[in-house]
Amino acid sequence: MDNSIASTEPLMPHETAVHEPHEHVFVPQHRHHFETEEQQREAGSFGMWLFLLTEIMFFGGMFFAYLLYRNWYYDAFFTASNQLSVPLGAANTAILITSGFFMALGVWAAEVRKQQLLVWTLILTTVFGCAFLGVKYVEYKEKWEKHHIPGNSFDVSEFVNPAAHGVNEKPLPPDMAQKTQIFFFLYFAMTGMHALHMIIGIGMLAWLILRAQRGDFTAGYVAPIENFGLYWHFVDIVWLFLFPLLYLINRHPLK
Amino acid sequence: MAEHASEHHIHDPANITNPEHADHHIVTPLQYAYVYIALLIGTAVTVAAAYVNMGPLNPVIALAIASTKMVIVILFFMHVKYQSNLIKMTVASGFFTFLVLITMTLSDYISRAWGLW
Repeated sequence: MDNSIASTEPLMPHETAVHEPHEHVFVPQHRHHFETEEQQREAGSFGMWLFLLTEIMFFGGMFFAYLLYRNWYYDAFFTASNQLSVPLGAANTAILITSGFFMALGVWAAEVRKQQLLVWTLILTTVFGCAFLGVKYVEYKEKWEKHHIPGNSFDVSEFVNPAAHGVNEKPLPPDMAQKTQIFFFLYFAMTGMHALHMIIGIGMLAWLILRAQRGDFTAGYVAPIENFGLYWHFVDIVWLFLFPLLYLINRHPLK
Repeated sequence: MAEHASEHHIHDPANITNPEHADHHIVTPLQYAYVYIALLIGTAVTVAAAYVNMGPLNPVIALAIASTKMVIVILFFMHVKYQSNLIKMTVASGFFTFLVLITMTLSDYISRAWGLW
């Protein structure tokens, strides 16, 4: 039924009735259903932000689970948290911030139409993104070897008898020691979903680098670079919270 | 974008040419460098603060620093400071909705056992 309305409509699009043709500046990236390039850009940013809001809600659910269980099983949470390496986590934070910095520079390079600079900033963004995942792999591997991945083969011995493992930590009662699995479950869920976002981002970066090399984004059409930048910075922000919440719960009694 | 700048000065009574009155602002590399340094300092302060025993203030300070870093990233790296009111309101409403959800869910968990002891 909808189709019949479209077909019976006289061939007089409303644009011609409202606008004189000379008002339009024709640039290849400007789609005809937007009045101006600014309006198109605005709509693009708006849509990207709406997507990022759904991402806030997605990660927000896990942050809420963390908040609740941390309050319920605080002793298990900080004991398990102290198993994570602060130097690796801090280094990864710096690596990710650096990656985001090059991404931001890339948006600038596209705006001022510096093609080679854009390609190089995107490559550096990718390199630091991969470095982050490399460090993450080292951290995951250590958890795998120590049987600190929640499930059937999870090993609580380091939490019920830390002295035997040379760990300077108060021993947990066996029931509380089991709750360290919840910390590690959330650790893998949150950092894993974050890493998945980065892997997807790196895949998109490869595609953007190819297109940037063709000069697609340095002739006035910046939207894909800018909107991907928003995604990449969002993923950075998630890590800015994950790092203190997972790695730095209670570091002071150790020394 | 000098060729587009002139469009903003056209009398536009129907609010069509630039409906959000947003200037196309380009953040400079120098600004990005300041943001980058600020974020690195924030990271160092977070780590240092975690090793000082401040009791219940530790998580508060950690979250305060993380939130500050987030605001800096959103305003400058993500250009929200220079965007139209539509984008600013969209971002703000998202965080507001998130806070409402956290508060309501927490109030549920906090109050479940009330009257049962």
